Amino acid sequence: MDLFDFEEGREGYYGQYGGAFVPEILTSTIEELKSCFKACKEDPGFWDEFEQLMQQYSGRPTPVTYLPNLSKKLGGAQIYVKREDLNHTGSHKINNVMGQGLLAKRLGKPRVIAETGAGQHGFATATMAAKFGFECKIYMGEVDVLRQRPNVFWMENLGAEVIAVKDGQRTLKDAINECMRDWVANMDTTHYVLGTACGPHPFPEIVSYFQSIIGKEANRQIQELAGRLPDRVYACVGGGSNAMGIFQGFLDDDSVELIGCEAGGSGTGIGHHAARLAYPDASVGVAQGYKTFFLQDDDGNMLDTESVAAGLDYIGISPIFPYLQEQGRVRFAAATNDEVTEALRLVMATEGLIPALESTHAFARAIVEAPEMSKDEIILVNQSGRGDKDIFTVADALDDDHWKCFIRNKAVEYGA
Amino acid sequence: MELKQFIETRKKSKSPLVMTHVVCGYPSFEDNLKELEIMDEFGVDFVELQFPFTEPAADGPLFVKANQVAIEQGVRVGDCFDFMKRVTDRFSFKVLMMGYYNTVFKMGHERFVNRLKEAGGSGYILPDLPIEEAQELHQLSLDAGLTPVILMTPTNTDQRLEQLARAAHGLVYVVARKGVTGGKTQMSDDVAQFLSRCRKFTDLPLGVGFGVSSKEDIEFIGAHGDIAIIGTAALKAWEEGGAEQLRAFFSQLEIQPN
Repeated sequence: MDLFDFEEGREGYYGQYGGAFVPEILTSTIEELKSCFKACKEDPGFWDEFEQLMQQYSGRPTPVTYLPNLSKKLGGAQIYVKREDLNHTGSHKINNVMGQGLLAKRLGKPRVIAETGAGQHGFATATMAAKFGFECKIYMGEVDVLRQRPNVFWMENLGAEVIAVKDGQRTLKDAINECMRDWVANMDTTHYVLGTACGPHPFPEIVSYFQSIIGKEANRQIQELAGRLPDRVYACVGGGSNAMGIFQGFLDDDSVELIGCEAGGSGTGIGHHAARLAYPDASVGVAQGYKTFFLQDDDGNMLDTESVAAGLDYIGISPIFPYLQEQGRVRFAAATNDEVTEALRLVMATEGLIPALESTHAFARAIVEAPEMSKDEIILVNQSGRGDKDIFTVADALDDDHWKCFIRNKAVEYGA
Repeated sequence: MELKQFIETRKKSKSPLVMTHVVCGYPSFEDNLKELEIMDEFGVDFVELQFPFTEPAADGPLFVKANQVAIEQGVRVGDCFDFMKRVTDRFSFKVLMMGYYNTVFKMGHERFVNRLKEAGGSGYILPDLPIEEAQELHQLSLDAGLTPVILMTPTNTDQRLEQLARAAHGLVYVVARKGVTGGKTQMSDDVAQFLSRCRKFTDLPLGVGFGVSSKEDIEFIGAHGDIAIIGTAALKAWEEGGAEQLRAFFSQLEIQPN
């Protein structure tokens, strides 16, 4: 399945989804980006350059780890994990960011901007900008700034300016709007490092291209380690970049079932979750530059979303996914905030892994399904990021008294 | 075409024509009506009625706030069409729907065209709908006598301007500078040169918008284009001092009477 071999006149479309709905002022910038990316893809040395960079800078290839204790406890399928959390900056976001950094260099643009939800993409972009010598501005919803302070701290100390976006719902979607507003004014000097496989063409393709490094490695590694391909691969889906990354390694292996795990939030019902494809509440629309399933009302205005994981708390989904769902290639499920907290406890206690709350959605679903599978079946979970950044949220969810005491003492120390 | 004739008639005695902008339901429909009365009094020729959208990515801070507050106050698309009907029944200026494509997409192209027609609208401006995606909607609109207004921007190549010109009808919205709505534009040689570049590709009237706020801007557009488009500056005046301030704002523009 070559998702990016577009039909004549349907460039940037995955079935009926995708496209490039951008203001006219960006047409030439998008053209410039498309032709730069095309040249990179066709340059036989480009992927090697990217892979080497990721090897030296981010510790790739990230390993696949077998989880014997969790597998035994659940009593079903054998569980393996692709360790994107071991990347520099702690998540898969760095793959796309370093790749787009190489693009920005080729484009000759000295400034980069990015939106961020959980802060992982902003953190990665600030890191890339420091390494490549770019000026960097990160837009982040005010709500997310408040719940992801550790990442904001690192971004600022890496030299990026972090803007807390106060419009709309003050989360990821509003940060994307603000990036577009910056870009339409500064496109001559600025590359927009979009962080997920969403937005106008060619972004879904570019992001999927760089993230495909996850699946390429994982396909080889799981066969080396387990002796064969997995039966099921689980990945969390906010915009969809880590899921696109790992799924691409198995798209042509028909025996491998691919499961996208969305944010079930505090439960079913409009406004309580961010499940676009697992629940029936979303419908097709056009916003933020592309056509996909959005959580929106009858007027086409976007609904509020909710998730314990800032990185999944988003109205839309990569346009590639409704297409893959329609093709029967990817199945979608949702995990609620409570299921995620429980799954995190279990994974920490049995295996000593601390997945990000986003990635824990994939674990949560695997934990539900593994016991129903036989012991000789194999599950691969993409641990897209590490959970250290979530310490405030997790401590809250676990109602940890020692942590609260520490925070109170710190507050006293800072004269609060 | 209805709008074309209207422009030709008005242009005989007036240069430039003037287009203004109102965000439906912000601060309220009652206030919108007061704003429109003043605009009418000062001889405005066209008004864009913006249908509020949750993701107004092409708008600057003031319109972003206006969109958001209107939606929070419960303004629905149906209310905007009802309001448009009241406005077109009462005033002589022409009314264009301005908004984002999802409002139209969600409703369905045919239904949108019918409702706009019923509400007395003359056309629409959808800044996030590129011409490549607009063919079906534009054809339906033209068949119904409605004008889809497309934008030309300073970053467009000559080749792109030629494509845009071929897809244009009624008038062209010329974006005077990069960026979002609001903020000042220096009406300079660059803008004049860009307007003459647009003129090479189209004979349609050129409306100039983004950052138009002074008598000098209007004179400049009279000399180099056809229609001055005033957006944020009018809302800013209203925010600062209501009807009185808005009247003072239009008074200093010295718009020629009809």
